[in-house]
Amino acid sequence: MGLHAFLLLACALFSVGLYGVLSQQSIVMLMMGLELMINGLLAAAGAFWYHVAPASADGQVLVLVAVTVMALEMVMGFAVTTAIFRAREIDMTDEAEDLRG
Amino acid sequence: MRDVAFWVLAVVAVAGGVAVFRVGSMARATFALLGSLVAVGLALLLLGLEYLGYVIILMMVMEMLVMAVFMVMYMMNPAGLMPMRMTHNARWAASVAGAVFVLLATGTFLLPEPVRHGRPPADPTRALGLAIMGPKMLVMMIIGVAILATMVSSVVLSVNRRHPGRGC
Repeated sequence: MGLHAFLLLACALFSVGLYGVLSQQSIVMLMMGLELMINGLLAAAGAFWYHVAPASADGQVLVLVAVTVMALEMVMGFAVTTAIFRAREIDMTDEAEDLRG
Repeated sequence: MRDVAFWVLAVVAVAGGVAVFRVGSMARATFALLGSLVAVGLALLLLGLEYLGYVIILMMVMEMLVMAVFMVMYMMNPAGLMPMRMTHNARWAASVAGAVFVLLATGTFLLPEPVRHGRPPADPTRALGLAIMGPKMLVMMIIGVAILATMVSSVVLSVNRRHPGRGC
């Protein structure tokens, strides 16, 4: 249960989340990918606290920040989904490509 | 014993993450994601981070239930009655994700094992509490303002502009 094992878990979660973010059309599924990426960050931050600097609480504070970011990201994601659904009745990224350059 | 528990949790976390994008319904995807998040929370418990582990588990259970409600509201096929395929550029995305994994994992194993400074405190929760009420209070203040800003902006974004005052 060394640092490398935890970081490998974090890498795997981050990559699976990245696949979801890049490949999903539905905004809600895309947000699930983002949550998975932050989930990997949680595992990495906890492992860094335990294996690098357990005496200070910095790693724990980082986990706390990441958990908050996860919750806020979901709230804002759903608010944007609600706004775009109200305006145009769409919930897919491919239908909202006005800024495509 | 802890090693075995960690690897079981790691496999559950990654398998849950993969299942999110493989299962045929949104509801199942939500619960697969919940499984992955809870497994990471339990892995943090193995490190002795009791408070943070339980916070992650409790918060994620609530978050995924909220997500399930939104899914039923917005998604076609929330219960998996018809097979769901909603991807674009799946092959390209898989190759990018695979390349990122290989890059990150290689970096992980190339780096030397870092030197450990100090030992974990007897009660990490107490250490965290003292930190966020002392030297790390600025972090908590910024988090508080960010939460307030998010609450205001989510209400502003989701209010009905065509029929103000009607709510939905």
